[in-house]
Amino acid sequence: MVKKIMTGNVAAAWGARLSRAEVIAAYPITPQTIIVEKLAQFVSDGELKAEYLHVESEHSAMAACIAASQTGARTFTATSSQGLVLMHELLHWASGARTPVVMANVNRALAPPWNVWVEHTDMMSQRDTGWIQFYAESNQEVLDTIIMSYRLCEDKDIQLPAMIGLDAFYLSHTSEIVDIPDQELVDKFLPQYESSYPLDVDNPLSIGSLSMPHQWYPEFRYKIHEAMKRVIPKLNQIEEEFYKEFGRKYTGALELYNTKDAEVVLIVSGAAAGTVKETVDILKKKGLKVGLIRLRIFRPFPSEELNKALSKASFVGVIDRSFSFGHEGAIFSELKASLYGTKNSPLIKNYILGIGGRDITTDTISRVYDNCFTCLKNNKIDTPIEWVDIKV
Amino acid sequence: MKRAGIPTEEFIYSGHTACPGCGAMLVARYLLKVLGKNTIMNIPACCFAAIPGTFPDTCLSIPLLYNAFETTAATASGIEAALKIKGKKDKITVVGFAGDGGTADIGIQALSGAIERGHEIIYVCYDNEAYMNTGMQTSSLTPMGATTTTNPAGKKGGWRTRTKKNMMEIVAAHNIPYAATVNPSYPMDFIKKIEKAKSIKGTSYIHAYSVCPTGWRYQPELGLELGRLATETGIFPLYEFENGVYTVNYKKKTKEVLEYYKLQGRFRHLPEDFIKEVQSVIDKEWQKLLYKEECSHR
Repeated sequence: MVKKIMTGNVAAAWGARLSRAEVIAAYPITPQTIIVEKLAQFVSDGELKAEYLHVESEHSAMAACIAASQTGARTFTATSSQGLVLMHELLHWASGARTPVVMANVNRALAPPWNVWVEHTDMMSQRDTGWIQFYAESNQEVLDTIIMSYRLCEDKDIQLPAMIGLDAFYLSHTSEIVDIPDQELVDKFLPQYESSYPLDVDNPLSIGSLSMPHQWYPEFRYKIHEAMKRVIPKLNQIEEEFYKEFGRKYTGALELYNTKDAEVVLIVSGAAAGTVKETVDILKKKGLKVGLIRLRIFRPFPSEELNKALSKASFVGVIDRSFSFGHEGAIFSELKASLYGTKNSPLIKNYILGIGGRDITTDTISRVYDNCFTCLKNNKIDTPIEWVDIKV
Repeated sequence: MKRAGIPTEEFIYSGHTACPGCGAMLVARYLLKVLGKNTIMNIPACCFAAIPGTFPDTCLSIPLLYNAFETTAATASGIEAALKIKGKKDKITVVGFAGDGGTADIGIQALSGAIERGHEIIYVCYDNEAYMNTGMQTSSLTPMGATTTTNPAGKKGGWRTRTKKNMMEIVAAHNIPYAATVNPSYPMDFIKKIEKAKSIKGTSYIHAYSVCPTGWRYQPELGLELGRLATETGIFPLYEFENGVYTVNYKKKTKEVLEYYKLQGRFRHLPEDFIKEVQSVIDKEWQKLLYKEECSHR
């Protein structure tokens, strides 16, 4: 184990390197580019044995990764924002083909107007593509999650792709101390990928052919859903093993912070969780019963886990760093649906924050908690969906 | 084993769902006869995506991967890269097999990328000159004068007036190691070229003439005759581009465009003047090709 100071992008590249990604398809986009640059350097220096493809678009990057995966190789790519949405068609393809492609996505806003700063709309709008979605809080988590994702995705009970979101600049370009696990230990934790049905001239299969309504199409789709249902329990097992091997503990779909006796709980995903934790610590000292749930996985959506974690909360504020126009924040929608029909469900309000990379500070979060308490006191939600600090 | 110079082994079983007289089927059949058992093929949305059968049936005895419409070359790149890292590439040929729309329109970016990167793949475009699987819509390889469902000939014209994109020139501009046109009406030439493509270190591009009785509106039994006419008129010249050098393989341009056009319902509406215009375009292109051959051999 070596400790190094590195950015989230470099941590992502290390995650792919330690996982011994065999085919890497690379296309540059700010603020992701450093991930593929670093991987190119690893390959050039002989530190990573991989086929490195300079593809001409993110669309081809994903197509090449899918095909390489179906030929039996472990694959990696990285993208962001416009690149991710360009891939959209192939994201559906990757899950439909049951390929364990792992991808880092630097969460960035979508144009126009051009904006290269953090937002989660890029990944949220891929909600229904059949990908497992992680949102990281730290660079260490980025590295570790990539390694664990391969274990998870390649598991015969899962066989689905995963994207690991890291917030633009707050993680991608911010340096932190990161433990780089020993390669030998990673090799032990993550053995070589063995595809169940690779393209093989000695066992020729036609893969992906037409399936009519009365044939198997609905069954193929249902099996993706079943695999998704197995993701969280499987992840819990893998994280337990990871803890034993590497000494770092992850807590499945959710991270609970001071929620035990909390009256008001905020829900957030991504790097802003650090700011919320800081605010919780400040407010706790003032005697306020506040807590935080960090959503680590958005797909599959951890409904049961959230309902359990919120069973004693009186008020829930959901922070969405994305928005579904004509409706509300994505996490808010999903959480409300999960809470439907539960007994004593808490009051719930949506806060739209940090759009296009607008800074989220402890002051912002303090005001959000304050508003939560006001609503709770009045037993009335003032505005169900509030765009915080909007100048119009 | 070969009979009359053609390998006897078959890699496509009977029971496929192609239309009677399908040119794509003949192209695929000859192609696989040469490439043999150790071949992985990938195909996008196109007629051939529907031909091998529905899951779990297949009429192919080689591994076949279906890919998204515009990703044939990127998919073949991914297969090749995976085979390389697994140390299997030397024994296996990777072939992307796409129609004209999947190649010259929606798939051209991925094709350009794959050739530029120099993947060791064979890319075959079976050119039936329109989006035939969706029912005969115009592609950029639909020929001058043809009526299609999106260029329907009407009282005020409406048929396609543009010339075909020259895919051979587009791939040649990438300095591709090997590109060739093939026509199933000339099987020996076809086989020789696929053998060469198989032996090339780097990307090969094969542009295959592929008749379509359903879309071109002619009697299915006329397919091979039509193919010969296409080459004898200079409409579909047989030639190769190898390391910058052009070689025209069949130089007897003895027939008029009209002879080819009049056999097909898709050209039935054309006035005589327009066919003359087509003739002049074909003649010019033929001359250009001969010049290119001459210059590149100097």
